[in-house]
Amino acid sequence: MAEGILVFAEQRNGHLMKAAKEVLTAGHTLAEESGTEMSAVVVGEGVDSLTDEIAQFGASNVYVADDAGFANYTGLAYAEAVNAAVNEADPAVILFPADSMGQDLAPVVAAKLEVGNGSDVTKVNYSDGKVTARRPVYAGKSFVDISFRKSPAVLTVRPNTYPPEEHPVNGTVQSLDVTPSDNALRVSATFEESESERPELTEAERIVSGGRGVGSADDFEIIEKLADALGAAVGASRAVTDAGWRPYSEQVGQTGKTVSPALYVACGISGAIQHLAGMRSSKVIVAINKDPEAPIFKIADYGIVADLFEAIPRFIEELENQD
Amino acid sequence: MNILVCVKQVPDTETKVKIGDDGKSIDEADVNFVLNPYDEFGVEEALQLKEAVGGEVTVLSVGPESATSAMRTSLAMGADKGVRLNAEDVRLKDSFSIATALANAIQSLEYDVVFCGKKAVDGDNHQVGPMLATLLDIPCVSTVTSLEFDGASFTAFRDVEGGKETYTGELPALFTTDKGLNEPRYAALKGIMQAKKKPIDVSDAEFPAEDSLVVESMELPPESPPGKIVGEDADAVPELVRLLKEEAKVL
Ligand SMILES: Cc1cc2nc3c(=O)[nH]c(=O)nc-3n(C[C@H](O)[C@H](O)[C@H](O)COP(=O)(O)OP(=O)(O)OC[C@H]3O[C@@H](n4cnc5c(N)ncnc54)[C@H](O)[C@@H]3O)c2cc1C
Ligand SMILES: Nc1ncnc2c1ncn2[C@@H]1O[C@H](COP(=O)(O)O)[C@@H](O)[C@H]1O
Repeated sequence: MAEGILVFAEQRNGHLMKAAKEVLTAGHTLAEESGTEMSAVVVGEGVDSLTDEIAQFGASNVYVADDAGFANYTGLAYAEAVNAAVNEADPAVILFPADSMGQDLAPVVAAKLEVGNGSDVTKVNYSDGKVTARRPVYAGKSFVDISFRKSPAVLTVRPNTYPPEEHPVNGTVQSLDVTPSDNALRVSATFEESESERPELTEAERIVSGGRGVGSADDFEIIEKLADALGAAVGASRAVTDAGWRPYSEQVGQTGKTVSPALYVACGISGAIQHLAGMRSSKVIVAINKDPEAPIFKIADYGIVADLFEAIPRFIEELENQD
Repeated sequence: MNILVCVKQVPDTETKVKIGDDGKSIDEADVNFVLNPYDEFGVEEALQLKEAVGGEVTVLSVGPESATSAMRTSLAMGADKGVRLNAEDVRLKDSFSIATALANAIQSLEYDVVFCGKKAVDGDNHQVGPMLATLLDIPCVSTVTSLEFDGASFTAFRDVEGGKETYTGELPALFTTDKGLNEPRYAALKGIMQAKKKPIDVSDAEFPAEDSLVVESMELPPESPPGKIVGEDADAVPELVRLLKEEAKVL
């Protein structure tokens, strides 16, 4: 009988992703709850060195698929490696991060296993052999509780919902005898790291977003400065990305990124329903807007009705005075 | 080139969600249905490809009769014909079932490129594209923001955490579209008139025997308590910083 949890421990360039630590934490919780064990699979080239770190998060066994053919991610190749681990572990639950790698890979793995995939879940439970999960739909305007009728249950877990917690174990390591097949080599990929020093939008603890009220691409510098003072990522409304002031990759909202940082600062953003859809699950929301009627104030925990060009420099000054 | 685009009809993004009588899905009264915004990018990319190299654009949708209007929107933009796989309860089906129905229909079609949206903005599943590609045994590149073709070779780009990925390969392949790929055109009046005459073939969707996922219930998120206006000008900033530190504990 299938039993236990298998976690895809995502790495890039030999670094275990923060999202992977979160999913390992979710997996550990499930293992405790169900009285089963968690194993993990790590795929890449030169990733042997990550097994200790993975065991810190409670994986009692780590499967390693280490091969030059796995140096760069492709869904086809990585799915073969994950499948090799699934065959070994015969898990009841398989967890991936709901990020661009996990959301590409999990459905491929699920389809090969001929099962569905609970995506972007914010909570998962596993007891009495039954897996259930909660996930947002309609961009967070509502939630559904789902159950899994077939095994294994394949899920992707929303970033920032399970803060990483270490639960060190003395685990075992098992290398998988797998290399990408010719079928997988039908596509090849390269990864180019971006130069930005700022945290990744979907992973960031803090985000400062600017809207049309910022006025121009050049004026966005003020948003960047506040972001840097807070150690935050930069986000934008669609009005801003459509105007070409910022790249689409920074758009927050229903047709952009969904984020849930600890702190979200919305500057010069009116708070259209499609923008709220992408950020309403942020823990603390601050709005700076000169229009007291702006809908953003309805969901902001703290609002300042002011010109952002006056408020933001004060904000930066205050932060600098704090240290 | 034979280009397929999978399209879904979804509630528009302005929709205020009310839970329906079944407690599992939304109340569809007063909801305005549209072509899924990500599928617009798929239709647009397909049309641009057809304009560049020639060929035919077919849109496929799994859904009830009412889903025809999203298909008509695609035809009005310029797609050539439609295939509707009839199914009533499509919003409660899991993605593997939808992907299977699409794959079953596509097996008997000729195709070089398949487009899906990155996600449908109702269930936000983000899955049908990679699942469909797996069932068809063709490569999938998800969430592409730029795409180039050279004969049967493609180069696709996507943004990922911390950087960019570039994929190369040969057709046939499936791509899921992300924002930034293109600017979808509006259907002109002429297109809307022509769309009425374009063929939509209807057959029954062939699903797997049962779904793997079951929606048990739907709930609205808890009302957030009304926020606090800290002040009416920039002088309120020091107080804001104090609150963020001492009350919210996020600094
Ligand atoms: C299908 C669809 C999908 C969409 N997806 C998204 C999405 O993913 N993300 C998204 O953001 N939007 C999305 N939108 C667009 C959305 O409806 C709004 O148009 C958009 O969010 C507005 O952006 P904004 O708040 O920056 O601009 P506006 O609504 O123009 O608001 C600008 C705000 O700035 C304030 N302001 C102006 N000057 C200053 C100043 N000096 N100081 C302080 N405040 C100032 C104004 O009071 C105003 O409230 C979508 C729309 C559709 C139809
Ligand atoms: N019922 C459907 N009919 C046709 N295509 C669909 C259907 N559901 C999803 N798709 C396609 O799959 C994409 C991703 O949807 P999803 O995985 O449901 O978020 C959509 O953008 C469509 O291209």
